[in-house]
Amino acid sequence: MIAIVDYGAGNIFSVKNALDYLGLDSRLTDAAAEIEAADEVILPGVGAFPAAMKMLESKGLVPVLQAQAKKKPLLGICLGMQMLLEKSYEFEECEGLGLIGGTVERIDAPGLIIPHMGWNKLEMGIDCPILKGLPEESYVYFVHSFAAKNCDKSLAAWVEYGGKVPAMVYDGGNVFGAQFHPEKSGEVGLQILKNFGGLV
Amino acid sequence: MLAKRIIPCLDVRDGRVVKGVNFEGIREVGDPVECAAEYNKQGADEIVFYDITASHEGRGVMLDVVRETAKRVFVPLTVGGGIKTVDDIRDTLRAGADKVSVNSQAVKNPQLIKDGADIFGSQCICVGIDAKKTPAGNWTVYINGGRIDMGIDLLDWVKEIERLGAGEICLNSIDTDGVKGGFDLPMLKAVVDAVSIPVIASGGAGKLGDFAEAFQKTDCSAALAASLFHFKELTVQQVKDDCRAKGIIVR
Repeated sequence: MIAIVDYGAGNIFSVKNALDYLGLDSRLTDAAAEIEAADEVILPGVGAFPAAMKMLESKGLVPVLQAQAKKKPLLGICLGMQMLLEKSYEFEECEGLGLIGGTVERIDAPGLIIPHMGWNKLEMGIDCPILKGLPEESYVYFVHSFAAKNCDKSLAAWVEYGGKVPAMVYDGGNVFGAQFHPEKSGEVGLQILKNFGGLV
Repeated sequence: MLAKRIIPCLDVRDGRVVKGVNFEGIREVGDPVECAAEYNKQGADEIVFYDITASHEGRGVMLDVVRETAKRVFVPLTVGGGIKTVDDIRDTLRAGADKVSVNSQAVKNPQLIKDGADIFGSQCICVGIDAKKTPAGNWTVYINGGRIDMGIDLLDWVKEIERLGAGEICLNSIDTDGVKGGFDLPMLKAVVDAVSIPVIASGGAGKLGDFAEAFQKTDCSAALAASLFHFKELTVQQVKDDCRAKGIIVR
């Protein structure tokens, strides 16, 4: 069972819909016990970093996620990916979960539209098991104004948007983060979720 | 770089897909969930449902359509038509839409754009505009399906909605809509140059090359069509192949 962490942020139903469509058993939950009992965990998220971290903290989920990341695959999506990092500068300096080295800063793309919204092409970095089996030209769907920085060691994929914008981070073990929305990225996104579901 | 998006639009009334020509002579063409699934298969980058239901009961039907579509289609969904309040926006997003498109109500109550953007984020607030050329050579904004001229200058309006926090503009030309002679490029270019948010071209696509032409002659981010795709005159894939052959980046 995949626990989709439901802490009050974002459109989590589309993640659930995609997993249902793929036949992957999942549950929306904010209960520590269920997250601990799950085989895998997805941390979704849309909105602002400090507010989302506060919601996780108020539910007591920060230490739970940090502990579970050592034991089972964890996939952060969009803001959920950014929260895997050490620190964000969205509105105010704010600590993240610290599971992946790096920071979160506003996208610096002079002359380009912010938010970075739409379909962009993945360029592959370090070897990552959930990016296996994708077509050579794989486009995925992004909606974000802030992005990961200083995470070169964990960079599994990036896209070009006024420079390299991290698309997928991976710690080499259990922790994965997708800046894009796999649940909105057509066949490519479904393949990535299927790969994640197939890790256990 | 971002790919240019090709967006099929489904006009929905009472839970069924319909298509009108110049906003009149509406005919029924099918089940919206099935149509959306077919477009998804063809490679649509986003799907727009435009609800032309007038009644309040019809809104519930539309939300059911969105819910069912969201279970089968995994590309962004936009829902427009009949959205009047922040609660309407919330209900639509909760049903599974990624964006809402507000049109007449945004003109009547621009605060809706600001409230929607503040609460849900600019990225999910698209403002739909119907505009038409005046004898003086500028364009003015119409509401209620292109029936009422509000006398508001189009370029003033697009700057205002950008200031209010809209994330995107879907620009429909009443002059070219349903005529199939190509998008209204002068109007499109004027709007793209006036704002820095993405602009979707709408109204007038009639043949394969019209899409590539809009991308080559203006910096629009996406192009939308309804009847052309409905009546299978073209598939989304054909349009993308044509764009790709002309060096335009598409997914």
